[in-house]
Amino acid sequence: MNPNFLITRRNALITGLASVGGWLLPGCSQPMPPTYGNLLRMGDNLTYAAHRALLPGQSLAREYRPGDVSSFPATGTLNPGDPDNPNASEEYRRLQQESFAGWRLVVEGLVSRPGAYSLADLKRLPSRSQITRHTCEEGWTAIAEWTGVPLSRVLDAAGMRPSARFVSFYSYDDWADSIDLLDALHPQTLLAYGMNGRDLPVPHGAPVRLRVERQLGYKSMKYLRRLVVRDTFDDGGAQGNIRNGWAWYTGI
Amino acid sequence: MTRLPAGSQPDIPVARDMRESPISAGEGTSVRHALWVRFIHWIVAASFLTLAFSGFVILMCHPRLYWGEVGNDLTPALLELPISRNHRHGAWTTPSPFFDSPGSPVSAGRTGDIFNQNGWGRSLHFLAAWFLVVPGGAYLLAGTAGGHFRRHLVPRAGELTAQGMRREITDHLRFVVRAASGGPQYGLLQKFAYCVVVFAALPLAVLTGLAMSPAITAALPFLSGMFGGFQSARTIHFAASILLVLFLFVHVVMVIASGFRRQMRAMTLGDPR
Repeated sequence: MNPNFLITRRNALITGLASVGGWLLPGCSQPMPPTYGNLLRMGDNLTYAAHRALLPGQSLAREYRPGDVSSFPATGTLNPGDPDNPNASEEYRRLQQESFAGWRLVVEGLVSRPGAYSLADLKRLPSRSQITRHTCEEGWTAIAEWTGVPLSRVLDAAGMRPSARFVSFYSYDDWADSIDLLDALHPQTLLAYGMNGRDLPVPHGAPVRLRVERQLGYKSMKYLRRLVVRDTFDDGGAQGNIRNGWAWYTGI
Repeated sequence: MTRLPAGSQPDIPVARDMRESPISAGEGTSVRHALWVRFIHWIVAASFLTLAFSGFVILMCHPRLYWGEVGNDLTPALLELPISRNHRHGAWTTPSPFFDSPGSPVSAGRTGDIFNQNGWGRSLHFLAAWFLVVPGGAYLLAGTAGGHFRRHLVPRAGELTAQGMRREITDHLRFVVRAASGGPQYGLLQKFAYCVVVFAALPLAVLTGLAMSPAITAALPFLSGMFGGFQSARTIHFAASILLVLFLFVHVVMVIASGFRRQMRAMTLGDPR
Protein backbone atom coordinates (compact mmCIF):
# COMPACT_ATOMS: atom_id res chain seq x y z
CA MET A 1 0.00 0.00 0.00
CA ASN A 2 1.29 3.42 -0.90
CA PRO A 3 2.24 5.05 2.39
CA ASN A 4 1.10 8.41 1.00
CA PHE A 5 -2.49 7.20 1.18
CA LEU A 6 -2.28 5.99 4.75
CA ILE A 7 -4.70 7.91 6.91
CA THR A 8 -2.69 8.49 10.04
CA ARG A 9 -4.18 10.04 13.15
CA ARG A 10 -1.95 13.10 12.69
CA ASN A 11 -3.01 13.59 9.08
CA ALA A 12 -6.66 13.16 9.97
CA LEU A 13 -6.28 15.76 12.71
CA ILE A 14 -4.52 18.28 10.44
CA THR A 15 -7.04 17.80 7.65
CA GLY A 16 -9.90 18.08 10.09
CA LEU A 17 -8.59 21.29 11.63
CA ALA A 18 -7.91 22.77 8.20
CA SER A 19 -11.46 22.08 7.08
CA VAL A 20 -12.87 23.56 10.29
CA GLY A 21 -10.69 26.62 9.68
CA GLY A 22 -11.98 26.90 6.14
CA TRP A 23 -15.49 26.76 7.50
CA LEU A 24 -14.81 29.41 10.12
CA LEU A 25 -12.94 31.87 7.92
CA PRO A 26 -15.95 33.15 5.95
CA GLY A 27 -17.60 33.54 9.37
CA CYS A 28 -14.89 35.98 10.40
CA SER A 29 -15.82 38.39 7.64
CA GLN A 30 -19.40 38.53 8.93
CA PRO A 31 -20.03 41.66 10.97
CA MET A 32 -20.13 40.82 14.68
CA PRO A 33 -19.98 43.17 17.66
CA PRO A 34 -16.36 43.94 18.58
CA THR A 35 -15.02 42.34 21.76
CA TYR A 36 -11.95 44.55 22.24
CA GLY A 37 -10.31 41.41 23.67
CA ASN A 38 -12.74 41.53 26.60
CA LEU A 39 -13.70 38.06 27.85
CA LEU A 40 -17.20 39.22 28.85
CA ARG A 41 -17.88 40.63 25.38
CA MET A 42 -16.70 37.29 23.90
CA GLY A 43 -19.31 35.57 26.08
CA ASP A 44 -21.97 38.02 24.85
CA ASN A 45 -21.01 37.27 21.25
CA LEU A 46 -21.16 33.52 21.89
CA THR A 47 -24.69 33.92 23.27
CA TYR A 48 -25.68 36.14 20.33
CA ALA A 49 -24.29 33.68 17.77
CA ALA A 50 -25.96 30.74 19.56
CA HIS A 51 -29.33 32.50 19.65
CA ARG A 52 -29.11 33.41 15.99
CA ALA A 53 -28.03 29.88 15.04
CA LEU A 54 -30.45 27.92 17.24
CA LEU A 55 -33.60 30.02 17.70
CA PRO A 56 -36.19 30.63 14.97
CA GLY A 57 -35.71 34.18 13.70
CA GLN A 58 -39.29 35.39 13.57
CA SER A 59 -40.97 33.81 16.61
CA LEU A 60 -43.20 36.30 18.41
CA ALA A 61 -42.84 37.38 22.00
CA ARG A 62 -45.88 36.52 24.11
CA GLU A 63 -48.75 39.00 23.91
CA TYR A 64 -51.11 39.52 26.85
CA ARG A 65 -54.73 40.54 27.48
CA PRO A 66 -55.76 44.14 28.30
CA GLY A 67 -56.44 43.06 31.89
CA ASP A 68 -52.78 42.08 32.26
CA VAL A 69 -51.53 45.67 31.84
CA SER A 70 -49.57 46.52 35.01
CA SER A 71 -47.99 49.42 36.82
CA PHE A 72 -44.88 50.50 34.95
CA PRO A 73 -41.85 52.28 36.42
CA ALA A 74 -40.04 54.83 34.27
CA THR A 75 -36.28 54.67 34.78
CA GLY A 76 -33.21 56.27 33.27
CA THR A 77 -33.92 59.65 31.67
CA LEU A 78 -37.39 60.90 32.67
CA ASN A 79 -37.35 64.09 30.57
CA PRO A 80 -34.47 65.13 28.28
CA GLY A 81 -35.91 68.69 28.25
CA ASP A 82 -35.41 69.10 32.00
CA PRO A 83 -32.51 71.56 32.39
CA ASP A 84 -31.45 69.77 35.62
CA ASN A 85 -30.76 66.67 33.55
CA PRO A 86 -27.04 66.11 32.81
CA ASN A 87 -27.96 65.19 29.21
CA ALA A 88 -30.47 68.06 28.92
CA SER A 89 -31.46 68.85 25.35
CA GLU A 90 -32.59 72.39 24.57
CA GLU A 91 -33.95 71.15 21.25
CA TYR A 92 -36.10 68.53 22.98
CA ARG A 93 -37.46 71.15 25.39
CA ARG A 94 -38.58 73.33 22.45
CA LEU A 95 -40.21 70.35 20.67
CA GLN A 96 -41.99 69.37 23.88
CA GLN A 97 -43.42 72.89 24.31
CA GLU A 98 -45.15 72.62 20.93
CA SER A 99 -46.42 69.05 21.61
CA PHE A 100 -43.78 67.58 19.30
CA ALA A 101 -45.36 69.15 16.18
CA GLY A 102 -41.87 70.00 14.95
CA TRP A 103 -40.35 66.61 15.86
CA ARG A 104 -38.86 64.66 12.96
CA LEU A 105 -37.33 61.18 12.87
CA VAL A 106 -34.33 61.34 10.55
CA VAL A 107 -33.92 58.14 8.50
CA GLU A 108 -30.60 57.87 6.66
CA GLY A 109 -27.74 55.59 5.73
CA LEU A 110 -28.24 52.71 3.30
CA VAL A 111 -31.69 53.82 2.10
CA SER A 112 -32.63 55.04 -1.36
CA ARG A 113 -34.99 57.70 0.03
CA PRO A 114 -33.39 59.29 3.12
CA GLY A 115 -35.75 61.63 4.88
CA ALA A 116 -37.35 62.98 8.02
CA TYR A 117 -40.67 61.64 9.28
CA SER A 118 -43.05 63.71 11.40
CA LEU A 119 -45.31 62.09 13.98
CA ALA A 120 -48.19 62.47 11.50
CA ASP A 121 -46.12 60.75 8.79
CA LEU A 122 -45.50 57.77 11.07
CA LYS A 123 -49.18 57.61 12.08
CA ARG A 124 -50.17 57.49 8.40
CA LEU A 125 -48.23 54.23 7.97
CA PRO A 126 -49.99 50.97 8.99
CA SER A 127 -49.96 50.63 12.76
CA ARG A 128 -49.72 47.73 15.18
CA SER A 129 -50.78 47.41 18.83
CA GLN A 130 -49.31 44.79 21.11
CA ILE A 131 -49.54 44.06 24.84
CA THR A 132 -46.10 42.82 25.79
CA ARG A 133 -43.83 42.37 28.78
CA HIS A 134 -40.99 44.82 29.34
CA THR A 135 -38.08 42.95 30.93
CA CYS A 136 -35.60 45.26 32.64
CA GLU A 137 -31.99 44.15 33.10
CA GLU A 138 -32.40 45.13 36.77
CA GLY A 139 -34.79 42.20 37.28
CA TRP A 140 -38.24 43.80 37.23
CA THR A 141 -40.98 43.34 34.64
CA ALA A 142 -44.08 45.28 33.58
CA ILE A 143 -46.80 44.81 30.97
CA ALA A 144 -48.12 47.60 28.72
CA GLU A 145 -49.90 48.05 25.43
CA TRP A 146 -47.76 49.68 22.78
CA THR A 147 -49.03 51.24 19.57
CA GLY A 148 -46.80 52.27 16.72
CA VAL A 149 -45.59 51.58 13.24
CA PRO A 150 -43.54 48.43 12.64
CA LEU A 151 -39.97 49.49 11.95
CA SER A 152 -40.03 47.27 8.84
CA ARG A 153 -42.70 49.58 7.32
CA VAL A 154 -40.50 52.63 7.80
CA LEU A 155 -37.48 50.82 6.36
CA ASP A 156 -39.66 49.80 3.37
CA ALA A 157 -40.89 53.35 2.90
CA ALA A 158 -37.30 54.61 2.98
CA GLY A 159 -36.16 51.96 0.51
CA MET A 160 -33.62 50.00 2.53
CA ARG A 161 -30.71 48.83 0.36
CA PRO A 162 -29.99 45.07 0.02
CA SER A 163 -26.57 45.42 1.70
CA ALA A 164 -28.17 46.57 5.00
CA ARG A 165 -27.21 44.53 8.09
CA PHE A 166 -27.85 46.75 11.13
CA VAL A 167 -30.04 49.68 12.12
CA SER A 168 -28.50 52.23 14.48
CA PHE A 169 -30.61 54.48 16.73
CA TYR A 170 -29.83 57.82 18.36
CA SER A 171 -31.81 59.50 21.14
CA TYR A 172 -32.33 63.00 22.56
CA ASP A 173 -30.77 61.87 25.84
CA ASP A 174 -27.53 61.05 24.01
CA TRP A 175 -27.66 57.28 23.66
CA ALA A 176 -26.61 55.33 20.59
CA ASP A 177 -27.57 51.72 20.03
CA SER A 178 -28.23 49.29 17.20
CA ILE A 179 -30.07 46.08 16.37
CA ASP A 180 -29.43 43.53 13.65
CA LEU A 181 -31.76 43.15 10.68
CA LEU A 182 -33.45 40.09 12.19
CA ASP A 183 -34.73 42.21 15.07
CA ALA A 184 -35.25 45.30 12.90
CA LEU A 185 -37.58 43.43 10.54
CA HIS A 186 -39.31 41.47 13.32
CA PRO A 187 -43.11 42.08 13.21
CA GLN A 188 -43.18 43.21 16.86
CA THR A 189 -40.33 45.72 16.52
CA LEU A 190 -42.17 49.05 16.61
CA LEU A 191 -41.53 52.74 16.54
CA ALA A 192 -44.11 53.23 19.30
CA TYR A 193 -46.00 56.51 19.73
CA GLY A 194 -48.77 55.17 21.99
CA MET A 195 -48.79 53.50 25.40
CA ASN A 196 -51.90 52.00 27.02
CA GLY A 197 -54.18 53.75 24.53
CA ARG A 198 -52.76 57.26 24.97
CA ASP A 199 -49.89 59.26 23.53
CA LEU A 200 -46.54 57.95 24.77
CA PRO A 201 -45.83 59.85 28.05
CA VAL A 202 -42.59 61.83 28.32
CA PRO A 203 -41.08 59.61 31.10
CA HIS A 204 -41.58 56.60 28.79
CA GLY A 205 -39.88 58.16 25.77
CA ALA A 206 -42.19 60.64 24.02
CA PRO A 207 -42.88 61.24 21.26
CA VAL A 208 -41.54 57.96 19.81
CA ARG A 209 -39.58 55.10 21.35
CA LEU A 210 -38.38 51.80 20.01
CA ARG A 211 -39.89 48.46 21.11
CA VAL A 212 -37.62 45.41 20.66
CA GLU A 213 -39.67 42.72 22.35
CA ARG A 214 -37.17 39.85 22.27
CA GLN A 215 -34.45 41.76 24.08
CA LEU A 216 -34.15 43.44 27.46
CA GLY A 217 -35.75 46.80 28.16
CA TYR A 218 -32.71 48.94 27.53
CA LYS A 219 -32.67 48.01 23.83
CA SER A 220 -36.08 49.71 23.48
CA MET A 221 -34.57 53.18 23.20
CA LYS A 222 -36.63 56.17 24.36
CA TYR A 223 -36.72 59.70 22.83
CA LEU A 224 -35.74 58.68 19.29
CA ARG A 225 -34.30 61.34 17.02
CA ARG A 226 -32.46 59.52 14.22
CA LEU A 227 -31.91 56.10 12.70
CA VAL A 228 -29.15 55.02 10.36
CA VAL A 229 -29.15 51.86 8.24
CA ARG A 230 -25.65 50.35 8.00
CA ASP A 231 -23.91 47.34 6.43
CA THR A 232 -21.36 47.01 9.25
CA PHE A 233 -21.54 46.93 13.01
CA ASP A 234 -21.28 50.32 14.70
CA ASP A 235 -20.69 50.25 18.47
CA GLY A 236 -22.14 53.73 19.02
CA GLY A 237 -18.83 55.00 20.40
CA ALA A 238 -18.87 56.65 23.82
CA GLN A 239 -22.70 56.73 23.71
CA GLY A 240 -23.08 53.02 22.93
CA ASN A 241 -23.55 49.99 25.21
CA ILE A 242 -20.23 48.26 24.66
CA ARG A 243 -17.93 51.16 25.57
CA ASN A 244 -20.09 51.72 28.66
CA GLY A 245 -19.57 48.12 29.79
CA TRP A 246 -22.97 46.74 28.76
CA ALA A 247 -23.86 43.86 26.47
CA TRP A 248 -24.99 44.86 22.97
CA TYR A 249 -27.15 41.78 22.48
CA THR A 250 -29.59 41.27 25.36
CA GLY A 251 -31.85 38.45 24.22
CA ILE A 252 -30.93 36.73 27.48
CA MET B 1 -16.85 14.52 65.37
CA THR B 2 -15.85 10.94 64.87
CA ARG B 3 -14.01 9.84 61.81
CA LEU B 4 -13.92 6.14 61.16
CA PRO B 5 -10.84 4.91 59.30
CA ALA B 6 -11.30 3.42 55.88
CA GLY B 7 -11.96 -0.28 56.15
CA SER B 8 -13.41 -0.16 59.63
CA GLN B 9 -16.99 -1.15 60.35
CA PRO B 10 -17.28 -3.77 57.65
CA ASP B 11 -20.98 -4.16 58.47
CA ILE B 12 -21.79 -0.81 56.87
CA PRO B 13 -23.67 -1.73 53.71
CA VAL B 14 -22.07 0.99 51.64
CA ALA B 15 -18.72 -0.02 50.30
CA ARG B 16 -15.70 2.20 50.43
CA ASP B 17 -13.61 0.25 48.02
CA MET B 18 -14.68 -2.28 45.50
CA ARG B 19 -11.87 -4.57 46.55
CA GLU B 20 -13.43 -4.76 49.98
CA SER B 21 -17.00 -5.28 49.07
CA PRO B 22 -18.93 -6.82 46.23
CA ILE B 23 -21.79 -4.34 46.74
CA SER B 24 -19.91 -1.28 45.66
CA ALA B 25 -19.51 -1.73 42.00
CA GLY B 26 -19.85 -4.15 39.26
CA GLU B 27 -18.18 -5.21 36.18
CA GLY B 28 -14.99 -3.48 35.27
CA THR B 29 -15.61 -0.28 37.18
CA SER B 30 -12.66 1.60 38.48
CA VAL B 31 -12.45 2.60 42.13
CA ARG B 32 -11.19 5.95 41.06
CA HIS B 33 -13.10 8.94 39.89
CA ALA B 34 -13.06 8.72 36.11
CA LEU B 35 -10.98 11.38 34.36
CA TRP B 36 -14.00 12.90 32.61
CA VAL B 37 -15.90 13.11 35.91
CA ARG B 38 -12.97 14.90 37.59
CA PHE B 39 -12.60 17.27 34.63
CA ILE B 40 -16.28 18.22 34.57
CA HIS B 41 -16.46 18.40 38.38
CA TRP B 42 -13.95 21.24 38.51
CA ILE B 43 -15.29 23.11 35.48
CA VAL B 44 -18.78 23.03 36.99
CA ALA B 45 -17.38 23.96 40.41
CA ALA B 46 -15.65 27.06 38.98
CA SER B 47 -18.72 27.91 36.92
CA PHE B 48 -21.05 27.54 39.92
CA LEU B 49 -18.93 29.78 42.16
CA THR B 50 -18.90 32.44 39.43
CA LEU B 51 -22.65 32.07 38.87
CA ALA B 52 -23.40 32.33 42.60
CA PHE B 53 -21.24 35.44 42.95
CA SER B 54 -22.50 37.24 39.83
CA GLY B 55 -26.06 36.11 40.58
CA PHE B 56 -25.86 37.75 43.99
CA VAL B 57 -24.58 40.97 42.40
CA ILE B 58 -27.50 40.89 39.93
CA LEU B 59 -29.99 40.27 42.75
CA MET B 60 -28.56 43.23 44.69
CA CYS B 61 -29.76 45.50 41.87
CA HIS B 62 -33.39 44.52 42.42
CA PRO B 63 -33.60 42.58 45.70
CA ARG B 64 -37.36 42.03 45.49
CA LEU B 65 -38.93 38.68 44.56
CA TYR B 66 -42.41 38.21 43.11
CA TRP B 67 -44.76 35.54 41.81
CA GLY B 68 -46.35 35.52 38.34
CA GLU B 69 -45.36 37.40 35.22
CA VAL B 70 -45.01 40.94 36.54
CA GLY B 71 -43.16 42.51 39.44
CA ASN B 72 -41.59 45.92 39.93
CA ASP B 73 -41.15 48.73 42.46
CA LEU B 74 -44.78 49.80 41.91
CA THR B 75 -46.25 46.35 42.64
CA PRO B 76 -46.22 44.35 45.90
CA ALA B 77 -43.31 41.96 46.49
CA LEU B 78 -43.36 38.43 47.83
CA LEU B 79 -40.03 38.95 49.56
CA GLU B 80 -37.71 41.93 50.00
CA LEU B 81 -34.09 41.12 50.75
CA PRO B 82 -32.06 43.75 52.61
CA ILE B 83 -28.91 42.98 50.61
CA SER B 84 -28.35 46.41 49.04
CA ARG B 85 -29.59 49.93 49.48
CA ASN B 86 -31.97 49.29 46.56
CA HIS B 87 -34.40 47.39 48.79
CA ARG B 88 -35.50 50.75 50.17
CA HIS B 89 -36.82 51.60 46.65
CA GLY B 90 -35.08 54.98 46.37
CA ALA B 91 -36.99 58.08 45.31
CA TRP B 92 -39.94 58.15 42.90
CA THR B 93 -42.16 60.81 41.34
CA THR B 94 -45.82 60.89 42.35
CA PRO B 95 -47.57 57.90 40.71
CA SER B 96 -50.00 58.78 37.92
CA PRO B 97 -52.68 56.33 36.75
CA PHE B 98 -52.74 55.04 33.14
CA PHE B 99 -56.56 54.81 33.04
CA ASP B 100 -59.45 56.74 34.56
CA SER B 101 -60.91 53.63 36.20
CA PRO B 102 -60.39 53.16 39.95
CA GLY B 103 -57.49 50.86 40.83
CA SER B 104 -55.78 51.64 37.52
CA PRO B 105 -52.15 50.57 37.14
CA VAL B 106 -49.83 53.53 37.60
CA SER B 107 -46.58 54.92 36.31
CA ALA B 108 -43.93 56.67 38.38
CA GLY B 109 -40.43 57.80 37.54
CA ARG B 110 -37.32 56.89 39.51
CA THR B 111 -35.54 60.09 40.55
CA GLY B 112 -32.58 58.69 42.49
CA ASP B 113 -29.55 56.59 41.60
CA ILE B 114 -29.52 52.91 42.49
CA PHE B 115 -26.82 50.29 43.00
CA ASN B 116 -26.41 48.63 39.60
CA GLN B 117 -23.38 46.54 38.60
CA ASN B 118 -25.30 44.44 36.07
CA GLY B 119 -23.18 45.60 33.10
CA TRP B 120 -20.40 43.16 33.99
CA GLY B 121 -22.56 41.15 36.40
CA ARG B 122 -24.95 39.87 33.75
CA SER B 123 -22.28 39.26 31.10
CA LEU B 124 -20.16 37.33 33.64
CA HIS B 125 -23.24 35.33 34.72
CA PHE B 126 -24.01 34.23 31.15
CA LEU B 127 -20.36 33.55 30.30
CA ALA B 128 -20.12 31.29 33.37
CA ALA B 129 -23.46 29.70 32.49
CA TRP B 130 -21.95 28.35 29.25
CA PHE B 131 -19.45 26.43 31.42
CA LEU B 132 -22.32 24.91 33.38
CA VAL B 133 -24.66 24.14 30.49
CA VAL B 134 -22.20 22.60 28.01
CA PRO B 135 -20.10 20.42 30.38
CA GLY B 136 -23.21 19.73 32.48
CA GLY B 137 -25.10 18.53 29.41
CA ALA B 138 -22.13 16.35 28.39
CA TYR B 139 -22.01 14.95 31.94
CA LEU B 140 -25.71 14.03 31.87
CA LEU B 141 -25.33 12.32 28.49
CA ALA B 142 -22.14 10.45 29.38
CA GLY B 143 -23.41 9.55 32.85
CA THR B 144 -26.59 8.07 31.42
CA ALA B 145 -25.03 6.31 28.42
CA GLY B 146 -21.90 5.05 30.19
CA GLY B 147 -23.67 3.74 33.28
CA HIS B 148 -21.95 6.11 35.75
CA PHE B 149 -25.30 7.19 37.20
CA ARG B 150 -26.63 3.63 37.44
CA ARG B 151 -23.43 2.30 39.02
CA HIS B 152 -22.55 5.13 41.38
CA LEU B 153 -25.25 7.76 41.84
CA VAL B 154 -28.67 6.12 41.88
CA PRO B 155 -29.22 4.11 45.09
CA ARG B 156 -29.37 0.35 44.51
CA ALA B 157 -32.56 -1.51 45.41
CA GLY B 158 -30.58 -3.48 48.01
CA GLU B 159 -29.42 -0.27 49.65
CA LEU B 160 -32.87 1.07 50.30
CA THR B 161 -33.59 -0.94 53.40
CA ALA B 162 -35.17 0.64 56.47
CA GLN B 163 -32.24 -0.58 58.55
CA GLY B 164 -29.62 0.87 56.23
CA MET B 165 -31.38 4.20 56.00
CA ARG B 166 -31.83 4.43 59.75
CA ARG B 167 -28.13 3.78 60.27
CA GLU B 168 -27.16 6.37 57.65
CA ILE B 169 -29.36 8.99 59.25
CA THR B 170 -28.22 8.29 62.83
CA ASP B 171 -24.59 8.32 61.69
CA HIS B 172 -25.09 11.72 60.07
CA LEU B 173 -26.94 13.09 63.08
CA ARG B 174 -24.11 11.93 65.36
CA PHE B 175 -21.64 13.27 62.80
CA VAL B 176 -19.94 9.95 62.36
CA VAL B 177 -18.10 10.36 59.07
CA ARG B 178 -16.55 7.48 57.25
CA ALA B 179 -13.11 8.07 55.78
CA ALA B 180 -12.95 8.88 52.09
CA SER B 181 -12.96 5.93 49.74
CA GLY B 182 -11.10 7.93 47.14
CA GLY B 183 -13.61 7.05 44.47
CA PRO B 184 -17.28 7.03 43.57
CA GLN B 185 -18.41 4.72 46.37
CA TYR B 186 -21.03 6.83 48.06
CA GLY B 187 -23.22 6.52 51.10
CA LEU B 188 -26.98 6.49 50.76
CA LEU B 189 -27.62 10.08 51.89
CA GLN B 190 -24.65 11.18 49.81
CA LYS B 191 -26.26 9.58 46.75
CA PHE B 192 -29.54 11.33 47.56
CA ALA B 193 -27.76 14.68 47.83
CA TYR B 194 -25.85 14.19 44.56
CA CYS B 195 -29.02 13.05 42.75
CA VAL B 196 -30.96 16.09 43.96
CA VAL B 197 -28.15 18.40 42.76
CA VAL B 198 -27.49 16.64 39.43
CA PHE B 199 -31.03 15.74 38.39
CA ALA B 200 -33.12 18.45 40.09
CA ALA B 201 -31.47 21.59 41.45
CA LEU B 202 -28.95 22.33 38.67
CA PRO B 203 -31.39 21.52 35.79
CA LEU B 204 -34.02 23.63 37.56
CA ALA B 205 -31.59 26.54 37.89
CA VAL B 206 -30.74 26.30 34.17
CA LEU B 207 -34.38 26.00 33.05
CA THR B 208 -35.60 28.88 35.22
CA GLY B 209 -32.64 30.91 33.93
CA LEU B 210 -33.64 30.23 30.33
CA ALA B 211 -37.27 31.03 31.27
CA MET B 212 -36.12 34.61 32.01
CA SER B 213 -34.63 35.13 28.55
CA PRO B 214 -36.90 37.23 26.30
CA ALA B 215 -35.49 35.69 23.11
CA ILE B 216 -35.62 32.08 24.30
CA THR B 217 -39.15 32.35 25.73
CA ALA B 218 -40.35 33.93 22.46
CA ALA B 219 -39.15 30.76 20.69
CA LEU B 220 -40.14 28.33 23.49
CA PRO B 221 -43.11 29.91 25.34
CA PHE B 222 -43.78 26.79 27.44
CA LEU B 223 -40.51 27.44 29.31
CA SER B 224 -41.94 30.54 30.95
CA GLY B 225 -45.42 29.00 31.25
CA MET B 226 -44.25 25.90 33.15
CA PHE B 227 -42.95 28.07 36.00
CA GLY B 228 -45.96 30.41 36.07
CA GLY B 229 -44.29 33.47 34.52
CA PHE B 230 -41.05 35.42 34.45
CA GLN B 231 -41.07 36.52 38.09
CA SER B 232 -42.02 33.04 39.35
CA ALA B 233 -39.09 31.63 37.35
CA ARG B 234 -36.83 34.29 38.89
CA THR B 235 -38.00 33.39 42.41
CA ILE B 236 -37.51 29.63 41.77
CA HIS B 237 -34.07 30.43 40.24
CA PHE B 238 -33.18 32.13 43.54
CA ALA B 239 -34.55 29.22 45.64
CA ALA B 240 -32.59 26.68 43.57
CA SER B 241 -29.41 28.72 43.97
CA ILE B 242 -29.89 28.89 47.77
CA LEU B 243 -30.32 25.09 47.83
CA LEU B 244 -27.15 24.68 45.75
CA VAL B 245 -25.13 27.01 47.98
CA LEU B 246 -26.30 25.02 51.04
CA PHE B 247 -25.28 21.82 49.28
CA LEU B 248 -21.87 23.29 48.48
CA PHE B 249 -21.38 24.19 52.16
CA VAL B 250 -22.28 20.67 53.38
CA HIS B 251 -20.24 19.12 50.54
CA VAL B 252 -17.09 21.02 51.54
CA VAL B 253 -17.62 20.25 55.23
CA MET B 254 -17.96 16.55 54.43
CA VAL B 255 -14.87 16.59 52.18
CA ILE B 256 -12.87 18.08 55.04
CA ALA B 257 -14.38 15.72 57.62
CA SER B 258 -13.74 12.60 55.56
CA GLY B 259 -10.10 13.44 54.80
CA PHE B 260 -9.43 16.59 52.83
CA ARG B 261 -6.06 15.57 51.40
CA ARG B 262 -7.21 12.17 50.21
CA GLN B 263 -10.43 13.57 48.74
CA MET B 264 -8.55 16.28 46.85
CA ARG B 265 -6.04 13.77 45.49
CA ALA B 266 -8.92 11.54 44.44
CA MET B 267 -10.83 14.31 42.66
CA THR B 268 -7.77 15.84 40.96
CA LEU B 269 -5.16 13.14 40.27
CA GLY B 270 -7.70 10.33 40.46
CA ASP B 271 -5.38 8.78 43.02
CA PRO B 272 -7.40 7.10 45.78
CA ARG B 273 -4.51 6.86 48.27
